[in-house]
Amino acid sequence: MPEPKQPEKLIDDKGIRIDGRRLDQLRPIKLEVGILDKADGSAYIEQGKNKILVGVYGPREAHPKHIALPDRAVLRCRYRMAPFSVDERKNPAPSRREMELSKVIRESLESVVLTDLYPRTTIDVFIEVLQSDGGSRCAGITAASLALADAGIPMRELVAACAVGKIQGHMALDLSDAEDKYGEADLPVAWVPNANLVTLLQMDGILTTSEFERGLTMALDACKTIHGMQQEALKKKYLVIKEVAEEREETEVVA
Amino acid sequence: MSFTPQLPPVAKLEQKTVVDLVANGKRIDDRTADSYRPLHIEVGLIEKANGSAQVHLGKSKVLVGVKVETGTPFPDTPDEGVLTVNAELGPLASPLFETGPPSEQAIELARVIDRGIRESKAVDMKSLVLLKGKKVQVVFVDIYILDHDGNLIDAASIAALAALASAKLLKAELKGDEVVYKPGLHSLPLNNHPVAVTFAKVGKTIVVDPVLEEEQVMNARLTVTIEKNGNICAMQKGGLSGFTQDELKTVVNLAVQKAAENRTKILAAAKG
Amino acid sequence: MMVIVAEPKQVVAPGELLAEGDHVLGDNSFKVGTRIYSACIGIFEVDGTRVTVVPLKGGYFPRVGDLVGGRIVDVGLSGWTVDIRAPYEAMLPASETPGPRGPRRRDLSESFDVGDMVLSQVLAFDRTRDPLLTVKGPGLGKISNGRVVEISAAKIPRLIGRKGSMISMLKRETGCQITVGQNGVVMVWGKSPENERVAVEAIYMVEREAHTRGLTDRIREMIAKSNVVGEIARTQTA
Repeated sequence: MPEPKQPEKLIDDKGIRIDGRRLDQLRPIKLEVGILDKADGSAYIEQGKNKILVGVYGPREAHPKHIALPDRAVLRCRYRMAPFSVDERKNPAPSRREMELSKVIRESLESVVLTDLYPRTTIDVFIEVLQSDGGSRCAGITAASLALADAGIPMRELVAACAVGKIQGHMALDLSDAEDKYGEADLPVAWVPNANLVTLLQMDGILTTSEFERGLTMALDACKTIHGMQQEALKKKYLVIKEVAEEREETEVVA
Repeated sequence: MSFTPQLPPVAKLEQKTVVDLVANGKRIDDRTADSYRPLHIEVGLIEKANGSAQVHLGKSKVLVGVKVETGTPFPDTPDEGVLTVNAELGPLASPLFETGPPSEQAIELARVIDRGIRESKAVDMKSLVLLKGKKVQVVFVDIYILDHDGNLIDAASIAALAALASAKLLKAELKGDEVVYKPGLHSLPLNNHPVAVTFAKVGKTIVVDPVLEEEQVMNARLTVTIEKNGNICAMQKGGLSGFTQDELKTVVNLAVQKAAENRTKILAAAKG
Repeated sequence: MMVIVAEPKQVVAPGELLAEGDHVLGDNSFKVGTRIYSACIGIFEVDGTRVTVVPLKGGYFPRVGDLVGGRIVDVGLSGWTVDIRAPYEAMLPASETPGPRGPRRRDLSESFDVGDMVLSQVLAFDRTRDPLLTVKGPGLGKISNGRVVEISAAKIPRLIGRKGSMISMLKRETGCQITVGQNGVVMVWGKSPENERVAVEAIYMVEREAHTRGLTDRIREMIAKSNVVGEIARTQTA
């Protein structure tokens, strides 16, 4: 497929971006929990054109045994992009970028999982990017938190993530693929609300220190919003069953 | 796949010592929270490389070689040369390193150094073109860790910049299908001087340039790469915990200052 | 000072604030300073000063004394490796089978072979080694007939019910013998395949709707609609 052309402008004269958003607006996000049957926990996220599926297995016996830790679970994380997920087909072999992202994502999640409850086991997180549209590592973390919770793995709290960037000299929230490609900076951030800590932070591009501070604030506000969505998505499955079941009981009692 | 690394068996008592010292404003090697270990930079040791630099940062030792070869450009940037950064964390440097393909730590280190150079546009990529779309110069930056006593990222960043800044090459030209070299050595055209500054959060205290013992007990790590105008051109958080928003602000501002200090030393050393 | 923040009997998410103060920490809750948070997705329960989160999902974590249903995955020289749906594989040593000296080495696979389902009890388990099982005990041993249902271990307390009320009702109404493993493996033997089918459906219904009100009545209705002959019916016709 031909590569999409570079857009003439990333922001128009009215301050509107090429997908119609304002600078401080998130893309529409859809979250679903527990969609896979065999995985112990799973979640699916759509954010813009990102489509990411996460499956969690564990805690389970560590194989190979030599990676096991005596006093806690080993968290294993694989971030992988499907070959058809990007404009130009990606070679299925693991790339250096995927290895780096697997590491930083694991580190952002490992801060919340209560691993010392399960010594000598592994907890496996598989993040499959089915379609990529900028900010996939952040969307992956958002979904991975839900998948871990869905697996019943004890955690301190959910991790929410969102990227900001600089386009045409302006700080903008949740860059799409084109904005990331043709913009001046990209800053992915993951955050935990109770501990109030940033657990993933990377930047490439050029930012002044004050642009960084403004961007960080913008990203953390978005993470707060996303965290609320995560809690809702997690509870929704059980609340629906609750409502349906109790409604059935009421109709039968009335009848 | 990334997985929780095997932790080297650091004695609990040693760990406690480091954490307690830092909490009380001292460090295991008597430094203040915001000082670097003694830094020695030597350039030009590898004559067969276009540029080279060996850095001793405390007891950490890193050697970087820069080689400039000819090659083909990437299809989406036909008017630019190529920059490749690679890092080896070989078993020579530490009992913690194994032979084999690059570990995630090596890949992360290489990519962080690469980001600093690339995003700051330190190397003038357009000046590396011999024939647009067909033949360009490729700058290889190869990072060799020789001795691991903590903060390999900064040591590598310093060595990479020193090697690039002191690199000497013949002017290359395309005559028909062949690349010919005109006599006379030139420097590699550098437009920027990115310098990485790494911090470790030990307990609730943040220290700069963590030594190995501090890395083994730290909660989290942050590398901030600053370009010559005091702007940030790369950032990378590592480790299993995190930073507050206020800590990030403080750290970034301190990074600007520390990068400037180190940059002066690097450029002085590169002049030889 | 003791304040309950979250609403009891409601679904809570990991990291949700449950209470503040000197409460006793029950399962799946943890404390940071004076604040108590949930560690998982579950139902928030308050029992006097104890705050607990009953998980809606989660695997089985072995406890000494638990009755568990497991599948033989390997036959070794001195025992069997058993999959008990836990994060750890369990070991059933030959010495923990009934009989004067237990089976001789070469007879091990004649007693239990790979793929067999075995009802056993957890004899020993701690953080440094895998769970140890025994089949010395009444009712323990190979499961050769009936149906085996595997549900989430987190739902077993609901399947048993307060003072065994739910499981007693199920046995009675479906006319089946039901043995519940703490690890979510449930064994069902009925007078007919139809009885067994209804019992299995009821068990899955408990798993799905464990956190809802009026579950016992809904299940009783479902069984009644199925027209299987339960124990009460049997005694009436006798």
